[in-house]
Amino acid sequence: MLDDFVNQFLPSTVGGLVIGSIYALIALGYTMVYGVLRLINFAHSEIFMIGTFASLVTLLAIAPTAPFTGFALVGVLLLLMLVSALVSGASAVALEAVAYRPLRKRGATRLAALISAIGASLFLQELFGLVVIEWLIDKPGRNQASAPRFVARDTLFEIGNASVRLDQVIVVVAAILVMVGLDRVVNKTRIGRGIRATAQDPEAAVLMGVSIDNIVRVTFLLGGAMAGVAGSLYIMEIENTGYLIGFVLGIKAFTAAVLGGIGNLRGALMGGIVLGLIENWGAIFLGSEWKDVIAFTVLVVVLMFRPTGILGESLQKARA
Amino acid sequence: MLAAATSLVLAACAGGGGGGTGGGDVTTVKIGFMGDLTGENSAIVIPPYNGAKMAIDEYNATNPKVKIQLEKYDSQGKPEQATSLIAKAITSDKIVALIGPAFSGESKAIGGTLDESKIPSISPSATNPGLAKNGWKYWHRVVANDDDQGPRVAEFLLTAKAPKKAFVLSDDQEYSVGIAEAVTKTFKDKGVEVETDKFAKDASDYSSTVTKVKSANPDVIFFGGYYAQGGRLLKQLRDNDVKTTFASGDGSLDAQLVTGAGAAAAENAVLACPCNIPSADVTGTLKTFFDNYKKSAGADPAIYSTEGYDAATAYIKAIQAGKTTSEDINNFLSTVNFEGASKPIKFKSNGEPENASIFVYQVKGGVLKLLGPSATAKLEG
Repeated sequence: MLDDFVNQFLPSTVGGLVIGSIYALIALGYTMVYGVLRLINFAHSEIFMIGTFASLVTLLAIAPTAPFTGFALVGVLLLLMLVSALVSGASAVALEAVAYRPLRKRGATRLAALISAIGASLFLQELFGLVVIEWLIDKPGRNQASAPRFVARDTLFEIGNASVRLDQVIVVVAAILVMVGLDRVVNKTRIGRGIRATAQDPEAAVLMGVSIDNIVRVTFLLGGAMAGVAGSLYIMEIENTGYLIGFVLGIKAFTAAVLGGIGNLRGALMGGIVLGLIENWGAIFLGSEWKDVIAFTVLVVVLMFRPTGILGESLQKARA
Repeated sequence: MLAAATSLVLAACAGGGGGGTGGGDVTTVKIGFMGDLTGENSAIVIPPYNGAKMAIDEYNATNPKVKIQLEKYDSQGKPEQATSLIAKAITSDKIVALIGPAFSGESKAIGGTLDESKIPSISPSATNPGLAKNGWKYWHRVVANDDDQGPRVAEFLLTAKAPKKAFVLSDDQEYSVGIAEAVTKTFKDKGVEVETDKFAKDASDYSSTVTKVKSANPDVIFFGGYYAQGGRLLKQLRDNDVKTTFASGDGSLDAQLVTGAGAAAAENAVLACPCNIPSADVTGTLKTFFDNYKKSAGADPAIYSTEGYDAATAYIKAIQAGKTTSEDINNFLSTVNFEGASKPIKFKSNGEPENASIFVYQVKGGVLKLLGPSATAKLEG
């Protein structure tokens, strides 16, 4: 047992950081929307799924014959992230306009919005499974779609018995850079101040001249864009996707958001990484089929002692 | 769900009209085909459907007195969907017999209903051993089960690789656990050290599993599961420098294993199957099957296409012998004995096939190549 732990700890940590970074990026969308609207946007997992397909289609158009290196690699990575961020961001804005705004305008209860979110999620899944994927990449939509390799699986360096690959470094570094960028936007810009103001007190924000509709739109756009970036990193790392891909990752990311403290951007980052690490560490002792059990047990235990999550502080209280 | 229901109603209407215009003393009986026709693992189910459809089309083209109409039931491989579809098939469509369900989980879910309703079923591809132990009198399959498949794959790997240590993985589904356990048991009986791990079927990041395999450093890896998960797993193993021989069962025997893993990662993977997939270089009656299948399905025969054909042929033999009720067909199946496309077809009293051959394949140049029956096959590199 101890032997297993010694042999597997470092490699598991590397794997946990990589998947945790992807959880964290997706978690940002849940946390931002919750912070502003007090709504759990269950269709966010499908925004991520759309992001994976945006990158996949772009990558298939580029049709790499060998992994890229140097500037070409950076260029392709940035292009994929940009395309996915735009497509996912736009999808999230459209989703808000169709599934949530009409309800909000009529003063519907939060429960109605929640049902609308679940409906939108199923609608998008089936739409992709039945029609869109076949139309995009010309193969039966419910089969998984594979992406060509564009980042070599070269070992960059070794830490103890764990080898760290280029693609793994890219996922973690890109995720952290994008999150730092988002944190800056929310904390340092005028639009970010609007988001925080709306999160704190929507009515007072309106009185201060904040356009709630615009703020909500921007919130969905930013959250969607983060899911898009997660989608492009996912395509690079896992190299295939499908219409149901969002389901499990969405639940994990939502868990990460709650674990870190929902409504809190830094909490989402922390929750994602912690969740990824705990899953992988737990799997060393119990086997990989226990990953989900471990993850949710940790969530319950954390919430028992800290009902607002690890960091707890919410978006509205983030310092200006 | 709504779309599926609508299309079934339309199919039923169209079927009724077709039977009517046949006129005279020609009657039509309905046989169902149930399986994952559009879901994630549909690539395993569409070939047997095409095989069954081809057998029935050939039969109907001979202008028999009793025509057969094939009804599709797309369970997407989900037991809960199979349960509601079978109720509809029995009560409103009134099928006399069923080909399928394709997978073990859904077979287990509706086997009892079929038995109570006295509807015979022949699965072309459900391989869980437990299915034959329910005492169902109306259940059959034309494929060897995991109790046959698992030990023979393990024995084949023992001969080919002489492993001291093996790692057995599964994606924790009914079929997957069954075959993984059978392989584990045979390895252990032969004195091979075995380590195991499982992962959830919806997971896509297998880093913890890969870490375990890497730290165990086995001589051979066996994965029990389907190609969607198998492809991802194989890719992630190879990306982490695990170069050990990778073997799997029939659930992973599909070209999508190669596309999912990437051709380089999939090269030399070993796959076993109770199915007999004819390739372009076959001769004799199988060559006829190959050509006809290619014409009718527009593709080369794939996994379980011969078994789907044989399952349908067993019913056709019954109907040719004048057995058109469920009860008569079921009695006829206990005596049926013919040379099928896949193997000689004859059922034991518990519904299992008498002939239970396992065939071994290997990925070569990105293509699945038949090496032969497990007893005599030789690995190439």
